[in-house]
Amino acid sequence: MSSLALSELPRLRGPGRMKYDKARQSDLLLLPERVVQLNEAAGAILWLCDGHRTIAQMIVELESKYGQSDLREDVVDFLDSALEKGWIELCR
Amino acid sequence: MSVNLPYAMTAELTHRCPLHCPYCSNPIELLKRENELSADTWLNVLEQASELGVVQVHFTGGEPLLRPDLELLIRRARELGLYVNLITSGVGITEQRVRQLVEAGVDSIQLSVQASSPELADSIAGFQAHERKKQAAEWIRASGLDLHMNVVLHRANIHRVEEIIELCAEWGAVRLELANAQYYGWALQNVHLLLPSKEQIQIAEAAYARAHERFGHQIELLWILPDYYEDFPKPCMGGWGQVSLTVAPDGRVLPCTVSSDIRSLSFENVKERDLAWIWHDSPSFNAYRGYEWMAEPCKSCERRELDHGGCRCQAFLLTGDASAADPVCKWSPHRGAIAEMVGSIANGNGDVGTSNYSYRGR
Repeated sequence: MSSLALSELPRLRGPGRMKYDKARQSDLLLLPERVVQLNEAAGAILWLCDGHRTIAQMIVELESKYGQSDLREDVVDFLDSALEKGWIELCR
Repeated sequence: MSVNLPYAMTAELTHRCPLHCPYCSNPIELLKRENELSADTWLNVLEQASELGVVQVHFTGGEPLLRPDLELLIRRARELGLYVNLITSGVGITEQRVRQLVEAGVDSIQLSVQASSPELADSIAGFQAHERKKQAAEWIRASGLDLHMNVVLHRANIHRVEEIIELCAEWGAVRLELANAQYYGWALQNVHLLLPSKEQIQIAEAAYARAHERFGHQIELLWILPDYYEDFPKPCMGGWGQVSLTVAPDGRVLPCTVSSDIRSLSFENVKERDLAWIWHDSPSFNAYRGYEWMAEPCKSCERRELDHGGCRCQAFLLTGDASAADPVCKWSPHRGAIAEMVGSIANGNGDVGTSNYSYRGR
């Protein structure tokens, strides 16, 4: 079971930034001295990490976008690992 | 052969610099101001780079703050969606300039430091810079930007590595690159004064490990290996023309900042060719892609996919042949060139101190 509560407000950790790269046709996470090429799911989740959406709201949006009803575990697991890697932080 | 797209561009805006560090990565023949690209050409290069797939630009020099059009270039880079990093000595910066850089959209500033004490730092830089750097660090942090720092480690400062990390923590850095000197250009010219002994490296590695325990949660620490003491070469630049490119102050496009050292190649210029053509099709960028160019012992080596034969510049500088194995490799027939330098230090032949440096640009 993850430690992340669904009421948390994740956002990208500054100065990190998302970019859709036309040349690679892929979402990228731009970090100091580092670029992470994201798969579609990871990109879709990180674009929603704006500090205004709760994790619960993100799950609803993603489930509706992809026509699925069981994304909760995948989203929370991914956010957990993104937090661990320092890509995101939780708003206080 | 499929070619990757470059993620990063190092934009060397100028070779001019107030500092005279004896390990500078700029070439021995420094370009003068009149040879520098105009702001308009740089704006065009940024656009071409973004089209090509570059997403991160490192503005550096020399000292990039010497270009009054720096803010203009940063602003355009941000409009193009690039991540903008500025690498600076901090000399000449003012509170006002920091504010302008932030307004233009700089994402991070990397400030160099030479040592932990002003006396030693200034004797390495050949300029009274240390106190100005401290002030620069304060202004950068006060602006709300994350402070990144870097230091080049060599014989005159490596015994102070723990104190250097303490200093950077005290100045508020969140990231610190501890780069053991790599021996090209100026550094190779000064190698007999810069190369630490094996014992110094071992002591420094232990000190680094201690500091990592103390400060690792507070600062991201990166340790760049002293390759002369390794058995196998570094996977230099992630391979020739694979992940990044450098544009020199005069517009020549290089696979890395020091590759103009390779006299057997000629490099194309953005004033004459499109960046995309240079990346994909130019002879210089294709010279050492893939494995066809390799000679033995690399050609049949199982490590060739790990290290791509090491560094082409180091191969050229120490063997005269840029397609040879990097002589750091213990299987290189030229390993003796490195062993000789390392052996000379071990026998106590290396000078101590900074008084005999061949300073950059003097």
